[in-house]
Amino acid sequence: MACCATSTPDRLDHSASVDPVADVRSISFMVPSMHCAGCIRTLEKGLAAHSDVVRVRANLSLKQIDVVWTGDAADADEMARRIADLGFDAMPVEKQDDADAKMRRQGRHLMLCLAVAGFASANIMLLSVSVWSGAQAETAKLFALLSGVIAVPAIIFAGSPFFSSAIAALRKRQLNMDVPISLAVLLSLLMSLYEALIGGGETFFDAGVMLLFFLLIGRTLDQLMREKAAGGVRSLARLIPQRATRVAQDGSLSQINLDEVETGMVLRLSPGDRFPVNAKILAGSSAVDRSVVTGEADQMPISEGQVFEAGTLNLNGSLDVEAVSDAQSSFLAEVMDMMRAAETSKGRYRRIADRMASIYAPAVHLLALITLAVWMLATGDFKSSLTAAIAVLIITCPCALGLAVPVTHVVAANRLFREGILMRDGSALERLAEADTVFFDKTGTLTSDRLRLDAKPSLSIDHASVLASLAARSNHPAARAIADAYSHEPLCSLDDVQEVAGSGIEATWHARRIRLGRATWVRELASGSSGNDSAPTCFAIEGEASFGFRLSADLNPGAAAAVQRVTKLGRNTAILSGDHQANVRAVADRLGIACFYAGLMPRGKIAKIEEAAASDKVLMVGDGLNDAPSLAAAHVSMAPANATDVSRASADFIYTRPSLLAVPFAMRLARAANRVVRQNFGIAIVYNCIAVPMAMLGHVTPLVAAIAMSLSSIIVVSNSLRLAFFDRLANAPKRHLQPAQEGSASIFSPAEVSP
Amino acid sequence: MNTLVILVPIALGLGLLGLCAFVWSLKAGQFDDLDGAAHRILDEDDAL
Repeated sequence: MACCATSTPDRLDHSASVDPVADVRSISFMVPSMHCAGCIRTLEKGLAAHSDVVRVRANLSLKQIDVVWTGDAADADEMARRIADLGFDAMPVEKQDDADAKMRRQGRHLMLCLAVAGFASANIMLLSVSVWSGAQAETAKLFALLSGVIAVPAIIFAGSPFFSSAIAALRKRQLNMDVPISLAVLLSLLMSLYEALIGGGETFFDAGVMLLFFLLIGRTLDQLMREKAAGGVRSLARLIPQRATRVAQDGSLSQINLDEVETGMVLRLSPGDRFPVNAKILAGSSAVDRSVVTGEADQMPISEGQVFEAGTLNLNGSLDVEAVSDAQSSFLAEVMDMMRAAETSKGRYRRIADRMASIYAPAVHLLALITLAVWMLATGDFKSSLTAAIAVLIITCPCALGLAVPVTHVVAANRLFREGILMRDGSALERLAEADTVFFDKTGTLTSDRLRLDAKPSLSIDHASVLASLAARSNHPAARAIADAYSHEPLCSLDDVQEVAGSGIEATWHARRIRLGRATWVRELASGSSGNDSAPTCFAIEGEASFGFRLSADLNPGAAAAVQRVTKLGRNTAILSGDHQANVRAVADRLGIACFYAGLMPRGKIAKIEEAAASDKVLMVGDGLNDAPSLAAAHVSMAPANATDVSRASADFIYTRPSLLAVPFAMRLARAANRVVRQNFGIAIVYNCIAVPMAMLGHVTPLVAAIAMSLSSIIVVSNSLRLAFFDRLANAPKRHLQPAQEGSASIFSPAEVSP
Repeated sequence: MNTLVILVPIALGLGLLGLCAFVWSLKAGQFDDLDGAAHRILDEDDAL
């Protein structure tokens, strides 16, 4: 996307902030290629060398650089140019991203809460231990009061995330896990305060604060994971040129903003410009690249009257076009709408922990109420009845739910990260484990953009040398593939070489015209053809027979093995492609995928996914902008790191290594993680079966509560840590593979597969 | 009892000190760039 590098000053100034008093400006740039100490040093020293730069700071975690400078000599655009001069691509970061800022604020607040809870629980625990080990009555009373003094502010502050979430749930007349947590913590606090003040029985300060501490660890880990994943920028807008050149009726040119473009306006596109809106060709000769729409990097010749979608790249000639849509209804705007619609439907997924909580929370409340009622009836003593009820609430508090699930997800995320796979959040892992059908995009995912010559036709030495020389002069993927295949031939000199947009390349050799390109165009020159009639790419020397070349896309590394492993896992596979039927069929045959759909536009891909979603959970793997809506629509999605920004932003997983083996690996790890989560729930249930009867009988002292809670937490966390040793990619096929379900691999029809 | 009057405040004070140090480091942005800090140590030029 060479054209994206030319950023419009108008846009940059928008995101730079100016302090009017000191005339200090600051801006943040996203620098994706920054990755080591050398990069930091080059960037910081290089920018600081300019006299007007006040402060520059690189952030390697976020891959961002903040620049502060004074004076009018430079603007944001100039800064971007300076960074480019240092050898880095820089994209200005939108400052007003509320979602990001909010997420960071939440993360910080959680960390503060965690620190306060940690401080309070450590100190209260110290005091409690001395009480348990038999302090004198006087000392015990003093320590209880002291604990209360620490616990009250700590619980009010550190418990705030739980209290606000519980209140929000109650307002919606729902019960979530935070309701019993808040109840237990607040009730135990009040009860203990009462006890401490009258100097009576045992206090539960330590249990309440420690509960918050454990739960906050889980919350913070979860939040950190999400923050890390949100680092990738999302901006479909970047593909849309913000300005357009309007041709007035008298032929004069003027620059207008994108939102001023109206249907019927005549616009001029220079080479390298993208169509700002859907537009019809009026005049000019050029070729266009519609890869944004179809996902295929194929140059297309154009003719007058043709309509192209917004985002289409004008390659090599100036064009006059008539707008047939405005910015709000162009193809790109439509894609954004589709993505928004698809994402809201994904929001319906409920995480395992939430589903468990919806059963667990009412059960806990009921048990506590029963305990209170039975104790009241049996003893008539309200205080001891309430103590027993609080004990039930505290002892059942779901450390396994609150801590074990996030820990499992973080460990799994780290294991994935070691294999070069980034995960957006924990729910993505749960959804991946459920996926039973995998849809692959073809170009860029299963195959690379590079072409490969299937078979070399036999040419004379002269002809081969001419062909190699001609092919070497073009940048078209087909020409490059041919040049590669004939790279050992000696080159000869050619005269007036010129590329004909959308057709091919031609030149003069020994006073004869030679051409390489589209078959029909090349054959105008040739006297006949020497077989291979159906080949789309031909080469000919004037007056001689033409030669046809069959080119096919290179399979991506690991594509065949990945498809095989996915099939072995008992998952169905299919290809969704925007390419022609024949090309898709060829790739499908090579990979052994029985089911494929060709010629699909973004809307068509979504339709296929929705069709399959009726009975299956779909994993979509794709990279192009045309895949972005389907990535958002699928149950779960993966994209390679070199995918377009938008696809990366809408995918749940990003794999940064070229091999497609990341897909089966992530699927297996997701299932293993799911198993661990379920085991943890099992452990929690066993623990509750022992602890709850004890609590209901009133045998749970603060000491027992503290030990039981810590013990169950340690067990589930160590169980989760097992995932860190999940096997490596290299020896993946040896274990965990289950035989394919009968029939599911060979014939795939979404309607027939049982859910 | 006498020792407690001295020791307990000291223990709490030290704990609070640690808490304050953490809050300060969080506010000062020391947790903003965990990867960068690991790499910056390799940069021997401390003129920046």
